[in-house]
Amino acid sequence: MTTDGGGTVNLIGLPRDAYKGLPTTLCAGCGHNSITNHLVKALYEYGAAPHLLAKMSGIGCSSKTPAYFVERAHGFNGLHGRMPSAAIGAKLANRELLILGISGDGDTASIGLGQFAHMVRRNLDCTYLIENNGCYGLTKGQFSATADPGSRAKSGAVNDYDVIDLCALAIELGATFVARSFSGDGKQLVPLLQAAFSHRGTAVLDVVSPCVTFNDHDGSTKSYGYVRDHDVLLHAPDFIRAGKEITVDYEPGTVRDVELEDGSHLLLRKIAADHDPADALAALRLIREARARGEIVTGLLYARPGVADLCEREYLVEVPLARLGEGDLRIPRDDWERMMQPL
Amino acid sequence: MHDVANDFTIRVATVNGSGSQSSNLVLTSAIFRMGIPVAPKNVFPSNIEGLPTWYDIRLSPRGYRCRTRDVDLLVALNASTWREDVAGLRRGGVVVHEAAYPVAQAQRDDLVYYAVPFAQLAKEHFPQAGDLRKYLLNMLYVGVLAHLLEIPEEVVESAVQAQFSRKASAVATNLEAVRIGRTYARDHLEKRDGLRLRAIPGGTDGLLLMDGNRAAALGCIQGGCTVAAWYPITPSTSLVEHFIQLCERYRVDPATGRKRVAIIQAEDELAAAGIVFGAGWAGARAMTSTSGPGISLMAEWAGYGYFAEIPGVIIDVQRVGPSTGLPTRTMQGDLSFAYQLSHGDTKHIVLLPATVREAYEFAMQAFDLAERFQTPVFVLSDLDLGMNSWMTEPLPYPERPFDRGKVLSAEDLARLGDWARYEDVDGDGICRRTLPGTDHPAAGYFTRGTGHDERSRYSERPETWKRNLDRLARKYETARNAVPPPVSDEPGSPIGLLAYGTTHHAVVEARDLLREREGIETDYLRVRALPHSRTVEEFVARHERIYVAEQNRDGQLYGILRAELPAELAGRLRSVCHYDGVPVDALAIVEPLLECERGARAPIGGRV
Repeated sequence: MTTDGGGTVNLIGLPRDAYKGLPTTLCAGCGHNSITNHLVKALYEYGAAPHLLAKMSGIGCSSKTPAYFVERAHGFNGLHGRMPSAAIGAKLANRELLILGISGDGDTASIGLGQFAHMVRRNLDCTYLIENNGCYGLTKGQFSATADPGSRAKSGAVNDYDVIDLCALAIELGATFVARSFSGDGKQLVPLLQAAFSHRGTAVLDVVSPCVTFNDHDGSTKSYGYVRDHDVLLHAPDFIRAGKEITVDYEPGTVRDVELEDGSHLLLRKIAADHDPADALAALRLIREARARGEIVTGLLYARPGVADLCEREYLVEVPLARLGEGDLRIPRDDWERMMQPL
Repeated sequence: MHDVANDFTIRVATVNGSGSQSSNLVLTSAIFRMGIPVAPKNVFPSNIEGLPTWYDIRLSPRGYRCRTRDVDLLVALNASTWREDVAGLRRGGVVVHEAAYPVAQAQRDDLVYYAVPFAQLAKEHFPQAGDLRKYLLNMLYVGVLAHLLEIPEEVVESAVQAQFSRKASAVATNLEAVRIGRTYARDHLEKRDGLRLRAIPGGTDGLLLMDGNRAAALGCIQGGCTVAAWYPITPSTSLVEHFIQLCERYRVDPATGRKRVAIIQAEDELAAAGIVFGAGWAGARAMTSTSGPGISLMAEWAGYGYFAEIPGVIIDVQRVGPSTGLPTRTMQGDLSFAYQLSHGDTKHIVLLPATVREAYEFAMQAFDLAERFQTPVFVLSDLDLGMNSWMTEPLPYPERPFDRGKVLSAEDLARLGDWARYEDVDGDGICRRTLPGTDHPAAGYFTRGTGHDERSRYSERPETWKRNLDRLARKYETARNAVPPPVSDEPGSPIGLLAYGTTHHAVVEARDLLREREGIETDYLRVRALPHSRTVEEFVARHERIYVAEQNRDGQLYGILRAELPAELAGRLRSVCHYDGVPVDALAIVEPLLECERGARAPIGGRV
């Protein structure tokens, strides 16, 4: 951050206010509001250009939140469970866009599971954030597919079904960046988000985000109390934007350095375990063992930078397809006339 | 035996997967090259190998392009359908058949039979051919017919060369098979029928053969489509395959080898439509190509595109529904569904191509209309148009630049100072939009499928909702004069015929039959798009009885017009429907029309 005349601005010269949105209409204390604040901070500090930011979302409480940050950016509040396909279309049309998808557990793990899976498989370059509260807030608290078996709804009903763990699923599907976090832990979430922006591929962030109205009681495994008590921090992340010097000093052996495609670094200072985020099987084991203990492991679970993203696999021209004109796209007249030669 | 020159129908009955398509195309092309107008119809099963398939080639000196019920010459190469194939021939017809088939079993002594030992010939002459033998067996029949119908050798040769232009070795082998068939016929068959081909100098000059799916793919290229998302489905798949093939040649940056197009095979039609509207929102010209079952899945995005006002092109190569229906048969079954696709008050622009040229032009124009009106545009082709070869004049080169519609640039925004995404500043119902990536602080807006005001802020206010819906209706009215207008031919009869899409070709012949055989003159108007133009109402007002001919059970256009025309005009409409899965023929229109005209039934409005 630099000070430019009157106020502080980020590296593209914008004040923090440029990243603000409309006032939230979600319940007071909703985890999603905290995530929104972390997003504002992450985007501001990262220096994301608002005009290149495409805020994509589906339907649900989580999907309303793109209205609450970076108002001047384009937003696309799409259809329930179908945001990934719209995000794919937007990115193909203009590969310069920074695609930020905001979804929820119903939007991703139930109605949108198919599109989520295929977006991950295609390695769409985007940050895909799931605001995971284990329930359907807008329709008053039904369980979602990310509710843990045995967890209790506010009505007293007990969830009999097994959980869909979106991080484990994403790793299995070949995701190239998978992290879990907690809406109450900005210290962890902000650097993870920034690393996700730098990653060229699908970055899945499953962020437990308690629903204060319908799922914040005893017996819920997505309540503030439960998550605080059972959150196992893998490491303390630091994000170093490309071109900046790594000045932090660490004891040898205590830090893992994940270098991202644009030259940025995510430094992971060991806390709970010396987890190697390049090891998919270790990540899956970590998730499973934590779940068996009723714990939630948070941090960067898996990263595999350097895999070609969708636009690269499609080998698209550098200039956005949306900007091509007749001269770039039409069959030349001579070729056409040859093609239309009668017998 | 009397001579019939150039005016008959050949039916080739084979088993699918036997490679008969190549020989059928060679025969069609050879006859076309003699200057004789052809109209082939492929009736094939939803299957890869082993089920019956029929290929009809109608030869018509007057250039009729619709199906005809009468089959004059049968090439019988499918033992399992032998009896019904023979039963379907017109009286006195001709059969070229595998010698092993039992003629006695056919129980038709009015026919002329030519027995040819196809299997034995193939075995003798191509002992090494293996799998190829069955393909070459089909080419033998081309040789036999070439002899019986007197197709000159050099004509067949050029047709074979054109068919196998990419494989020189195949040309020689196939020509050999043709020669063997011709030699066998010359040595063993004595011409006992009157079917003849007489070359018509210049008869097909200036024309070429093309299927509608290829034409639509060319329209997508020339229309500037840069994002295509699709899910494989018969009968639209070949449209995308043509598009892919064209892109390999014409959408590659010569300097870098990078592509100027993204073609995504989606996981389903939900995603295909999502990709289209995501891309359209971000400023690319995007399309998906599908058929009825895909349209069902696309309903939610169609509603979103309509309400959030995002361009997107959906090409629907219609097949027979409901449900999975008949995947390889044709229908005009999706008109009313596509017209109002999605819940709530939705209305879409629907283009209705009848010819190969229109498949091309309407596909191309759909991108302009989608961007001009910021809305989904449907192009309703069908299996008959999409997958059959049709004679067509060369497709014209586009002379107009793209119409990108009302898109504000950063410079526009700097000049305007203020703007609102859904404000109708021009009074035509069409608002201005910006694209993501526009470098101006005022560029952004929040696109949503929920209720919104002019600034795209969420709103549940009754007056705001109604104002927006009324504006969308106004926009639709503007579109009425921008879509392809109807075409008509009005010699001045009180009887009107009204049709759209491929039913056109049956109407053309039906009108001649009515005039020449019954002395009934008819006027004709062909609708080429929805919303329908005022011209339609004027046409109805000028006629006493209007027969709306279409290929579906319930009279879909008839229903739309009845609902939308003034009541006193709606009563003049009568519905003529054909819906058995094969393309409509002229008699399917003539017969019910005559019945009604003779006062047999339905004297006033209603189903005929």
